[in-house]
Amino acid sequence: MSSVMPRQDLSAPLSELHSNEQLKHDSRFLRGTLEESLADPISGSVADTDALLTKFFGIYQQDDRDERDERRRAKLEPLYQFMARVRLPGGVCTPAQWLALDALARKYANGSLRMTTRQTFQFHGIRKRNLPSLIRGLRDAGLDTVAACGDDNRNVIATANPLFSGAHEEVSTLARAISARLMPRTGAYRELFLGETPVSQPTAEEEPLYGRTYLPRKFKIAIAIPPQNDVDVFAHDLGFIAILEGERIVGYNVLVGGGMGMTHRQPATFPRLGDVIGFCGPQDVGEVAEHAMCIQRDFGNRKDRSHARFKYTIEDRGVQWFRDELARRMGCALGPARPFRFESSGDRLGWHQGSDGRWHYTIYVENGRVDDSDGRRLLSALRSIASSHQGVFALTTNQNVTIAGVLDHERRGLERLLDDYGVGSSQRQSRARTSSMACVALPTCGLAMAESERYLPAFMERLEQLLQDAGLSDVPINVRMSGCPNGCSRPYLAEIALVGKAPGKYNLYLGASHNGDRLNALYLENADESGILAALGEPLRRYAKERQAHESFGDFVVRAGVVRAMLHGRDFQRAERSG
Amino acid sequence: MTSRVPSRELDAWQGSPLPAPLAEEARRLVDRLDASQRLWLSGFLAGAAALGAAAQEAPSSSGVTIVFGSQSGNAERLAHRAAEILAGRGISCTVRDMIDCGKADLLAAQTLLVVVSTQGEGDPPDRALPLWELLNGRKAPALSHLSFAVLALGDSSYQHFCETGRRFDAKLEALGARRIHPRVDCDVDFEAPSGMWMEAVSGVIAQTSRAAAPVVTLPQSSASLSSAFTRRNPFQANVLVNQRITGRGSSKDVRHIELSLEGSNIRYEPGDAIGVVPRNAPEAADELLQLLPFAASDSVTVEGHELALSDFLRDRADIGRVDAALVARYAEAIGGKEARSWIEAHAAAAREGKAPAPSLVDLVRAFPPENIDAQAFVGLLRPLAPRLYSIASSLLASPDEAHLCVSIVEWQARGRKQRGLVSGHLADLTDEDSLAIYLHRNTGFRLPSDDASIIMIGAGTGVAPYRAFVAEREARGSRGRNWLIYGDRSFETDFLYQSEWLAWRKQRVLTRIDVAFSRDQEVKRYVQHQVADAGKDLWAWLQEGAHLYVCGDASGMAPGVHEALLQIAELHGGLDREGAAEYLVGLQRERRYQRDVY
Repeated sequence: MSSVMPRQDLSAPLSELHSNEQLKHDSRFLRGTLEESLADPISGSVADTDALLTKFFGIYQQDDRDERDERRRAKLEPLYQFMARVRLPGGVCTPAQWLALDALARKYANGSLRMTTRQTFQFHGIRKRNLPSLIRGLRDAGLDTVAACGDDNRNVIATANPLFSGAHEEVSTLARAISARLMPRTGAYRELFLGETPVSQPTAEEEPLYGRTYLPRKFKIAIAIPPQNDVDVFAHDLGFIAILEGERIVGYNVLVGGGMGMTHRQPATFPRLGDVIGFCGPQDVGEVAEHAMCIQRDFGNRKDRSHARFKYTIEDRGVQWFRDELARRMGCALGPARPFRFESSGDRLGWHQGSDGRWHYTIYVENGRVDDSDGRRLLSALRSIASSHQGVFALTTNQNVTIAGVLDHERRGLERLLDDYGVGSSQRQSRARTSSMACVALPTCGLAMAESERYLPAFMERLEQLLQDAGLSDVPINVRMSGCPNGCSRPYLAEIALVGKAPGKYNLYLGASHNGDRLNALYLENADESGILAALGEPLRRYAKERQAHESFGDFVVRAGVVRAMLHGRDFQRAERSG
Repeated sequence: MTSRVPSRELDAWQGSPLPAPLAEEARRLVDRLDASQRLWLSGFLAGAAALGAAAQEAPSSSGVTIVFGSQSGNAERLAHRAAEILAGRGISCTVRDMIDCGKADLLAAQTLLVVVSTQGEGDPPDRALPLWELLNGRKAPALSHLSFAVLALGDSSYQHFCETGRRFDAKLEALGARRIHPRVDCDVDFEAPSGMWMEAVSGVIAQTSRAAAPVVTLPQSSASLSSAFTRRNPFQANVLVNQRITGRGSSKDVRHIELSLEGSNIRYEPGDAIGVVPRNAPEAADELLQLLPFAASDSVTVEGHELALSDFLRDRADIGRVDAALVARYAEAIGGKEARSWIEAHAAAAREGKAPAPSLVDLVRAFPPENIDAQAFVGLLRPLAPRLYSIASSLLASPDEAHLCVSIVEWQARGRKQRGLVSGHLADLTDEDSLAIYLHRNTGFRLPSDDASIIMIGAGTGVAPYRAFVAEREARGSRGRNWLIYGDRSFETDFLYQSEWLAWRKQRVLTRIDVAFSRDQEVKRYVQHQVADAGKDLWAWLQEGAHLYVCGDASGMAPGVHEALLQIAELHGGLDREGAAEYLVGLQRERRYQRDVY
């Protein structure tokens, strides 16, 4: 217990830390002035300080950046709106929940659902006055948005589809257990959005795990079942790799210090792959997760938010330090890591059969956007499926969805239904397209420097042409696009990645491995579309001619010396470049 | 309707801020003076008032203003650091976000230090845009009084490195300002170069501030308090801005129009209106002339002046939609009952929405005035009335400018969109155009003394004079509280001047603001409902001497608000109906309940 309670003397007096620390400390466990902000009818926004607090409840204040300048001239405030992200450990959603989400999106949001790389849903375009109604609607469906953003443990992700095998079921249950264990306890959420009577004097017992200042920064946990690395287990603060003997999970390898975000041209910031530090039994996973998070709570950098992620704590203090600290807190050391092997970080699309004979169908969803648009009525299709489906909906971390648990005789009917709504065509998409991902970016994300979700389809069309010309149409190459360097779409683990720098301008990175265990490297800086396509032509043509059997594009460009092998995050933004 | 015809001119003394005995004394004094003596006195008083204001302001400012245009916060941090370095040399200064830096701030500053970053492909930060546009627009002030230096932040991996800083640097020089230190362009590692810039710049400022003796400049006093322009002899005001201020998807097109009064000597007060002198579209007048059995050059006499029929129809007559009274006169003159039944049928159809309201052209086409002459014909027409728009600005905050808030009147007729004669003309104005205007004094709608509180109630463009009120009271540093109760259709698209109210609320100039948006919920909610809901506080303000204003629609809003006020007096004042009515009359008598409705 003593190791779990927050240390009161953090790294320095509060006044010397980043201003967010003072804000969290003084917020009375995230209440701030949110009650007044939410009730203020003069602005569609909440106070600046409150906008930081709502993140802990999965709620981001945004505005329509397309209209920002026009509205400024019109002497109107920005078109404020909120994004709300659901807590959905392991990405599992029942048909009843799906129907509720669908109805809420149409009533209180912009009429679409966005499936994210953290295996959950986002609503966009919610007006302030509708926030409590939306949160109540989620509550009625057994869902919440707690800690889906903010300096806390984010949605716990796991290899998709609990119905696929017993092991899948087990990690899904584990994801839920970890999420529940590490969830903030503050009553603020229930008071502000669910109408609970406020407590008069919040006391420290309200957050036994987090204390008044929560974590220095977000904390992300992922669980993978080899050979599938769909969750990109190396890209998270804390990772667990299931080790199987036969069908049975005997324990988990533990990884620490992964993460994606960086700042352009700040070499002290970088994406980093998690280090495998040992092995623990299934019964110890929850405790390892809690201790790891609390070590970061106590030692993470609270002065500089761009250096506050767990990966920098690990990088700065070393893996051995962490092993020792963890052993001290747990009273025993981790066992030696076990061997494992990953094949791909992608999803199995279309039909596949699980260990109990039931079938699962994964729909490729471009950018994770579930909506109805000309000819392709995915939102309506999934609503229709949800009204009769007996299994579950399993969201994947590649922004796709699996209709899980379909009986053999139901398959034809499901296919027909998908065709009727114009969404049965995933097999007809190119392999590159179905392995591509983009973050949301413009017009709603405040961090975006360039387009991403809105631009990816057009870019892919041009890239597909290039691939076709090189005879590479059937080769899976994963392509990821991100509107800023923070990396929501995990771009630094893509074989081809575009990371936004300015409107129409991107950095081009090449050479990550196909299974997610090697970062990519900068190939071209600050280029526009024609520059990017021109730069890709030569390596793709060489790949078509010179590749070895089963060699991925990412592996080829490293072997051929087009880019250097990026094994350590600390080298990621160093000036030297090969090629 | 957003326009209205002039009301009776009130005695100017009634609206004066002087207490009654003092007003009486002043009036007697002024009555004894001849014209040239009055002119001298007015100039003397204006100069004395300005001097007093200058003397009050002088000690608070050293004349150094640091403005920052920041996206990530670096420029803001550096601006504050520069202020600290200046303070270390004993020089106080003002640090301002560019979004809060207006023309008046530029004119007030003696030295301007600019710290600004560059975004994307050479663009200014969002919050720097208003200042950038001011410096590049028609309203850019001459800056020969100003010295300046620029610190530019950027990232050399972009093509347009430090472009925004470069442009500010060049623009300030182009406007006449004097550079006291060369611009420094900083890359992502800005610490060292920015530090050197600060040291150098603060050194120069410290030196000059020791050398310079305090100088007091006397503002020029105006020779005359009112100008000679009238509706018959209007001033041609240059259009500075014509900006739509309703958002995408709004059901209304409302414009914020800024006019230059430079050279007019027009000195208005908050509450006054601008009269816009309309002219008919030449095509509309020509269409009518074609149908008439008269020659365009036929001479007609109007108000003792002789002019050509074509000129009269273009400049002086209302040739738009016809009303029942005009049709009655017309039917009388041409001797037909058919005309009357025709118009009755058309009017009924228009009411049911089956056909557009008939126009003069329709009437003349159906019943040509063949048995009367041109003089008799023009005698039937209504004069082309000027439209009055409440001024939405204060001369103290926006020198030499008058701002209008105009709702463009639109309707469908003959299969196309029709627009109101005057508002349609205003909608099409560009900053190349000028507009014929005159000042209409509105002495029945005046601010009280600086320490009295005001409650401003208005809907739609009725909010215009309140923008003038609050701007004026902000500029004067009035201590009285300001409360706005405002209504419109939709929060997201129709909240007129929303960002300004928010800024004023933040600065505590606007003490309170309540809003009602009729179309944002299933049951329509109007400004009078908001007034009723705020009854308890409103009554308390009134008991403490607050002045009450109502501006906007005369048919629905004003009676609704009046009724709400009666109920408040009953509910919170314990008065019966009659007592409540007397109470409101009493307020009106004391000029504490003033209305400008139309």
